[in-house]
Amino acid sequence: MSTATVTTAPPSKDGLLSHARHIVSENPVTGVSFGLFALFLLAAIIGPFVVPYDPLASDTAAALQAPSAAHWFGTDQLGRDIFSRVVVATRLDMIIAIASVALVFLAGGFAGIASGYFGGWTDRIVGRISDTIMAFPLFVLAMGIVAALGNTVTNIIIATAIINFPLYVRVARAEANVRREAGFVQAARLSGNSEMRILLGHIAPNILPLMMVQVSLTMGYAILNAAGLSFIGLGVRPPTPEWGIMVAEGASFIISGEWWIAFFPGVTLMLAVFCFNLLGDGLRDLVDPQRRT
Amino acid sequence: MFSQIAKRLMTAIPSIIGVIIVTFLLTRVLPGDTAAYFAGPAASEQAISEIRTKLGLDRSLPVQFVAYVKDLATGNLGTSLTTGQPVIEDIRARLPASAELTLLGLLISILVAVPLGILAAVKQGSWIDHLCRIVATTGVSLPVFFTGLLLVYVFYYILGWAPAPLGRLDFFFTAPTTITGFFLVDSLLTGDIEVFRAAWSQIWLPAVTLAIFSLAPIARMTRASMLAVLASDFVRTARASGLKPSKVVIGYAFRNALLPIITTLGMVFSFLLGANVLVEKVFAWPGIGSYAIEALITSDYAPVQGFVLAMAILYVLLNLAIDILYGLVDPRVRIEA
Repeated sequence: MSTATVTTAPPSKDGLLSHARHIVSENPVTGVSFGLFALFLLAAIIGPFVVPYDPLASDTAAALQAPSAAHWFGTDQLGRDIFSRVVVATRLDMIIAIASVALVFLAGGFAGIASGYFGGWTDRIVGRISDTIMAFPLFVLAMGIVAALGNTVTNIIIATAIINFPLYVRVARAEANVRREAGFVQAARLSGNSEMRILLGHIAPNILPLMMVQVSLTMGYAILNAAGLSFIGLGVRPPTPEWGIMVAEGASFIISGEWWIAFFPGVTLMLAVFCFNLLGDGLRDLVDPQRRT
Repeated sequence: MFSQIAKRLMTAIPSIIGVIIVTFLLTRVLPGDTAAYFAGPAASEQAISEIRTKLGLDRSLPVQFVAYVKDLATGNLGTSLTTGQPVIEDIRARLPASAELTLLGLLISILVAVPLGILAAVKQGSWIDHLCRIVATTGVSLPVFFTGLLLVYVFYYILGWAPAPLGRLDFFFTAPTTITGFFLVDSLLTGDIEVFRAAWSQIWLPAVTLAIFSLAPIARMTRASMLAVLASDFVRTARASGLKPSKVVIGYAFRNALLPIITTLGMVFSFLLGANVLVEKVFAWPGIGSYAIEALITSDYAPVQGFVLAMAILYVLLNLAIDILYGLVDPRVRIEA
């Protein structure tokens, strides 16, 4: 990818801001989700420095304690503080989600734009790859990929990116296809820009807002997918704190009544996904008012 | 009709070829030496090279691919290291458990989501519409394994309405004679009400978990599709002609709204087959999902391979069935084809 993907100046800042304010005031849920997102981001950045306990330190004397003033979310079977572990886990979960979405954004976005703009063979090959991925139940394919490539966090990121690939291709392809003969593209072509330059410098910035909506809509799914994989024992290994694996660790204690071990990481995971889904809807309202529900 | 089905069958072939190529590649890109991987950590140099020849890994990729396809054609998916059985046998034995659970989950989900979506569209802006929207937004955010655990806590630990989440049947009961492989159906066919009740008490909670998960897309699509149809001219005409509201909504509008809903089912199946793996783990359900998980943990590769392939082919066939259903539901599709 060339560096100059965003070269056009955004529309007047003021208009966008007041539009954003309008969206938030019309639908307070969007505002709440923005707040939640900020909170998650904060936890990911400074979480490990502010938590009250070491997330890995076990204290068998304090094992399996219900939530209390000392341990807000209780302790697990090794006496580790669940609150600290949940907060520290935010960073890893966010990194997995953001990295996989960034990867598919670049790869899927580029493949989609190229196939929409060039058509022909490019389109056929990209389309065939997408169709093949879509022929699998997506989570199952992710399991297969992680199993084949090796059981690491990097491979979870790659697998999550691959199963989201067709979605990004579809959006980018449709948008690029509409614009391939647009006035500004013809003007750019006439003034002697190379095809690659038109693709990256003129078409890509134009469809960027819609792609961003796609990003926040799939971010929630990326977190769910990664947590699901680590729930079944792939990728993240204990004792690393991560929401999916923490729910898995707490699962065997549910039937004996120690609900808090699985509950708090699970609820946090749910909130994160919820937050990204609402954020995606809000962002879509902001970018593409016609599709508002 | 039959020529159309045949035509549709042909279009499924590229998908199946794609699936086979991908599953083949997944075995051959194992990091490091595949032969050493299959030989185990303690194997000697000679044992590894023997396995390499035995697996045909010393031949070129296209030759390996042909051998792989030949194996598939004869139903040879390799042997599981943990169970010692051929993978295809294991999958065949466990598939009914997964299918029963998934289908029951889907059935519950449709029974709830479709009426909910219809009511939300008919009474747009009412409380039921809001309920539908909440269900649709929450449903997609809930990690299915977490919902499952919450339901276990509430219905097993607190209320005691469900048995411990430990498989298809309590060990006091013997499984009914296998006819379809579905315990619920088989126990009814053999007239064993006790076993039916026992099987039902085990299956309803995981099925509800799956249903909650798949509610959202179905409800959302039903509502959107119904809204579009309700706004069309023929519905106005039907209303103006004085037909009963129920006749207009069900007989006229819903029948026409069905097509997009059926399309969504394809996507729902993709989600359900994945979610099924997680639910099987939560409820210790002896289906192919938990089989694959056990194999993954012990690095037993052949079962995972077989599982991914079986799921993908199942999914392609389901999509095929959905397309054929199209023609039955909407005659226009038939004429166009």
